[in-house]
Amino acid sequence: MSKANVKTYKAGVKEYRETYWEPDYKVLDTDILACFKITPQAGVPREEAAAAVAAESSTGTWTTVWTDLLTDLYHYKGRAYRIEDVPGDDTCFYAFVAYPIDLFEEGSVVNVFTSLVGNVFGFKALRALRLEDVRFPIAYVKTCGGPPNGIQVERDRLNKYGRALLGCTIKPKLGLSAKNYGRAVYECLRGGLDFTKDDENINSQPFMRWNHRFEFVMEAIHKAEKETGERKGHYLNVTAPTPEEMYKRAEFAKSLGAPIIMHDFLTGGFTANTGLANWCRDNGMLLHIHRAMHAVLDRNPHHGIHFRVLAKALRLSGGDHLHSGTVVGKLEGDREATLGWIDTMRDSFIKEDRSRGLFFDQDWGSMPGVIPVASGGIHVWHMPALVSIFGDDACLQFGGGTLGHPWGNAAGAAANRVALEACTEARNQGRQLEKEGKDILTNAAKSSPELKAAMETWKEIKFEFDTVDKLDVAHK
Amino acid sequence: MSEMQDYNSRLSDSASRKFETFSYLPAMKQDEIKKQVAYLVSKGWNPAIEHTEPENAFDHYWYMWKLPMFGETNVDRILAEAEACHKANPDNHVRLIGYDNFKQSQGTAMVIYRGKMK
Repeated sequence: MSKANVKTYKAGVKEYRETYWEPDYKVLDTDILACFKITPQAGVPREEAAAAVAAESSTGTWTTVWTDLLTDLYHYKGRAYRIEDVPGDDTCFYAFVAYPIDLFEEGSVVNVFTSLVGNVFGFKALRALRLEDVRFPIAYVKTCGGPPNGIQVERDRLNKYGRALLGCTIKPKLGLSAKNYGRAVYECLRGGLDFTKDDENINSQPFMRWNHRFEFVMEAIHKAEKETGERKGHYLNVTAPTPEEMYKRAEFAKSLGAPIIMHDFLTGGFTANTGLANWCRDNGMLLHIHRAMHAVLDRNPHHGIHFRVLAKALRLSGGDHLHSGTVVGKLEGDREATLGWIDTMRDSFIKEDRSRGLFFDQDWGSMPGVIPVASGGIHVWHMPALVSIFGDDACLQFGGGTLGHPWGNAAGAAANRVALEACTEARNQGRQLEKEGKDILTNAAKSSPELKAAMETWKEIKFEFDTVDKLDVAHK
Repeated sequence: MSEMQDYNSRLSDSASRKFETFSYLPAMKQDEIKKQVAYLVSKGWNPAIEHTEPENAFDHYWYMWKLPMFGETNVDRILAEAEACHKANPDNHVRLIGYDNFKQSQGTAMVIYRGKMK
């Protein structure tokens, strides 16, 4: 050993940047890379803040400890290797950190996030911290199960090709009896929807216990399938207080012949989600994923976790559908950024593209894709834009836009189905949907009184609040 | 109470049976079918024709009409095959498929001749 490499123990506090700031570091293909947006406290230099984030999210602690010398810290430490300005915002900057793959347990989204968004987010030297993007190396991707079925398998099973899927969340979200709930499901499905959905808050409350709901809903599905000759499903929410209870509900859904179940991956937690995804893979069950709590984490532009990171975490943990925002409805979502993360959910390889908020190339290899679900405040007038933005590999969910039809759920469902098919046919003919949408829908309504009534009901509704979480571009 | 229309669909009426993509629209006319064939070709998919008795339409596997037309990009030739299948099986649903061999799935599938509902 050369003298330069001999390390000796010297107690005390060292500046983080002496160990964790390496601007010359060449990232490895196997490194997990992260981009943080750091808002430091006044007087903290950028390099020191970036190094502190790298240290606190990997091997470091606030003071030197003698046991550091019992390992090869150089091999295990995270390194801040690049700093960039945030366009249009001088209060913060981007810091890029590389983590060696051996820091993490294989196949454990839980373990990766415990480090990357652990103690470091409460660190005093920072005013705020946001995890903007993560590059998972293919070597790590290969250790994760991913979506239990994927887009292609779902289409093959359901026999639905060349168009987006259609769904609807049953409302009112709370308070219906199981039998009345099943009625609402049946009406939607016989009218032409592919799926209906349990609202995320529906678990097993006193007004409707889960097993009663499952039984009535499955009767509705079977009858609607016989009546329409098409395959149908309802996302039976198996999110439960304990994993044991969750699996019990999943098994019962399977025993009734349900094709798809549902889980809330953030409130339920990554451990529960990954376990359930594995169960779904073993049992040929599709898995729809809701994202309650995401806005708590992803809405503040300076602090938290960006949704594109949560979407990647879900793809690794496992799910066949994930809510992605609509761009056009009542909920938050910037168009370019949304396009960025829906590609991240569906494609095999996604290139770095700052104009869509993507900080890294992401290679998923052969891991199946997740179907983005557009849901919230959308109705038939949004259909041309939705088909144009999302393409075919998406599930468009009209809640109020189905159930609020003046003639009821079946008519509302038929209206949406006709609108979707008319827009898809027109797109295939090379027509510009967002420009010619009105003509396309008006023409389709000539043979569909249900669509005509829907267009009269919702004509004037628009949601045009500005997005709070915009992409970082110079707005000034 | 405002004017309301009943949703006319029932188990006892075979006309209530649908058959996936575009089955909620009126049957396509010849020039409209041609545009869908052109779309499928423009996507680089391999055209194929299948048919079935309407009462068996729920099945995953319909009868294949010959083999998929691998590499065929001539829209009129594809239409002629579809028409030949329709003539040989006038009471059956005839489905046009675009096989996407990269996604290992069907890029699209649609019934272009509607069979007689019994």
